[in-house]
Amino acid sequence: MLVTNRNILDQELQVLIDKCGSDRTALMPALQAVQRKYGFVTDFAMQKIADVLGIHPVEVHGVVSFYSFLSEKPLGRFVIRLCQTISCDMAGKDRIASQLENELGIKFGETTTDKTFTLEWANCIGLCDQGPALLVNDILWTKVTPQRVLEIIEECRARLSPHAIQGQEEHLV
Amino acid sequence: MSTELTFSQIEKYAGVKTAAAGGRADILATMKTAGMRGRGGAGFPVSVKWNLAAAATGPDKFIVCNADEGEPGTFKDRLILSEYADIVFDGMTIAAIAVGAAKGILYLRGEYVYLLNDLEAVLARRREDGMLGQNAAGREGFDFDIDIRMGSGAYVCGEETALIESLEGNRGEPRNRPPFPVDTGYRGRPTVVNNVETLAWAACIFAKGAEWFNGLGTEKSVGLKLLSISGDCANPGVYEFPLGVSIADVLTAVGAENSKAVQVGGASGLCIPACQFDRKIAFEDVATGGSVIVFGADRDMLDVVDNFMEFFVEESCGQCTPCREGNEKLLEGVQMLAAGKCSMKYLKELCSLGKTMQVASKCGLGQSSPNAFLSVVEHFSDEILGRTEGSNA
Ligand SMILES: Cc1cc2nc3c(=O)[nH]c(=O)nc-3n(C[C@H](O)[C@H](O)[C@H](O)COP(=O)(O)O)c2cc1C
Ligand code: SF4
Repeated sequence: MLVTNRNILDQELQVLIDKCGSDRTALMPALQAVQRKYGFVTDFAMQKIADVLGIHPVEVHGVVSFYSFLSEKPLGRFVIRLCQTISCDMAGKDRIASQLENELGIKFGETTTDKTFTLEWANCIGLCDQGPALLVNDILWTKVTPQRVLEIIEECRARLSPHAIQGQEEHLV
Repeated sequence: MSTELTFSQIEKYAGVKTAAAGGRADILATMKTAGMRGRGGAGFPVSVKWNLAAAATGPDKFIVCNADEGEPGTFKDRLILSEYADIVFDGMTIAAIAVGAAKGILYLRGEYVYLLNDLEAVLARRREDGMLGQNAAGREGFDFDIDIRMGSGAYVCGEETALIESLEGNRGEPRNRPPFPVDTGYRGRPTVVNNVETLAWAACIFAKGAEWFNGLGTEKSVGLKLLSISGDCANPGVYEFPLGVSIADVLTAVGAENSKAVQVGGASGLCIPACQFDRKIAFEDVATGGSVIVFGADRDMLDVVDNFMEFFVEESCGQCTPCREGNEKLLEGVQMLAAGKCSMKYLKELCSLGKTMQVASKCGLGQSSPNAFLSVVEHFSDEILGRTEGSNA
């Protein structure tokens, strides 16, 4: 991470701590904010968070490794999480998975080399009556058909166009 | 698709106003009369939980709404939070008055983050309307507010002590119980953890009366229950039924009369074969937090169990051996069965392993994870044993 980025993280964490308090109960909100903004939690961020909350970095690492939505390695700009649990499975999630892999040229668990897309499996996301279902970051897609897979991917790409990205600067808080 | 829900008839704030006018003792008495048991799965009597927390001294108590909804096949809490969030917050406020709590926390699963902005807006409006904050709901000295905290993708965090660990910034590993959260909960203080639906019904009880509620359902399972119905049926969705409804009636309502089996209670629930469709959805018969998954005539029940066992292998927190190792063994067994490579003797060993897990696991996850496996072995031995001899079902 660049020095300037580190300074930014310092400042942002301070704002967050002012809001959530500086004891350990602020740990999950802090990690979630870092994850949302940077797409993963760096060693530096873990160390920083440990410092401000007064706990050991190993403790922070233990928490990051426990939760499936917190990641230690960089994920793509868009994380596609396809539900693999029973109702979506019966509704045909395998065909959606194979089409996603075909369109993106990666397997589940992988990220495209341009760091745009990551494919992951999710366990039941609570859309069992509308499967196959998937989440793209916070956005949900229901009753997905193999044909609609390309539409989903193209919509993500459209959001990445230089025009669309303006004004989308994200902040920790 | 869904039936018309009672929640749609309830005015926001109505329950809180009635409850606030009465006060603590009245609220506890009303909940006792209503006789509701928790809607999250375990079915613990709500009034007992609230009474225990109320008996503790000091204002430093918490009301936690469990919106972790991770049980496969459950989505009714998502519907309630997207359409009737006010009555859930009404329920939390009523619980807070009863218990004497100053703080409420909604623990929302990470997968539902798209609901966050709307929920925050509802909370902001409630503050403006004087339903939260200082002297909330017009009660002198009742300072109560609600925060939303997010989960990060861990099924086990729906277990109440794991949820509290997560709130405290720890890995979501369940604690030994006792002590129970009503005694030693969030930050070591008395904490009421209730399901989203439980709190919504509490608000309805104060809006419509305890007698209205306990007049519905069966003697041991009073009131109404939302069921999330999915799988092989014409009209999946959220449905409202009185407890005690037969599985056959539920299947008729969703257009799935000719089903082979139904999984009631999600991955941790029971697989009920067609010959038992006269059984009732109630705490005294087939209990459920609301998940009903329908299997049509062509479903391979081993595929179903395979899916459930993979779920548990991934979601076990790994803290205790029966659950961590046991689920792996059961999954391996299912795969051996599917490949036609499991002897009867080994299948029996797997079943006794499952029974050991039910008693020896530390929390409800490991205690209930063998249920689906055991009930499929019990009811569909034909389908499974055929493959032991090499011919697919
Ligand atoms: C593995 C596991 C997951 C659970 N998940 C949930 C859940 O997502 N939502 C919920 O309300 N209760 C869940 N529970 C039950 C809670 O521990 C607790 O009993 C419940 O929130 C109490 O609320 P109630 O009495 O209103 O039902 C889960 C239990 C276990 C063992
Ligand atoms: S039963 Fe499973 S989920 Fe529960 S504490 Fe043990 S290992 Fe963790």
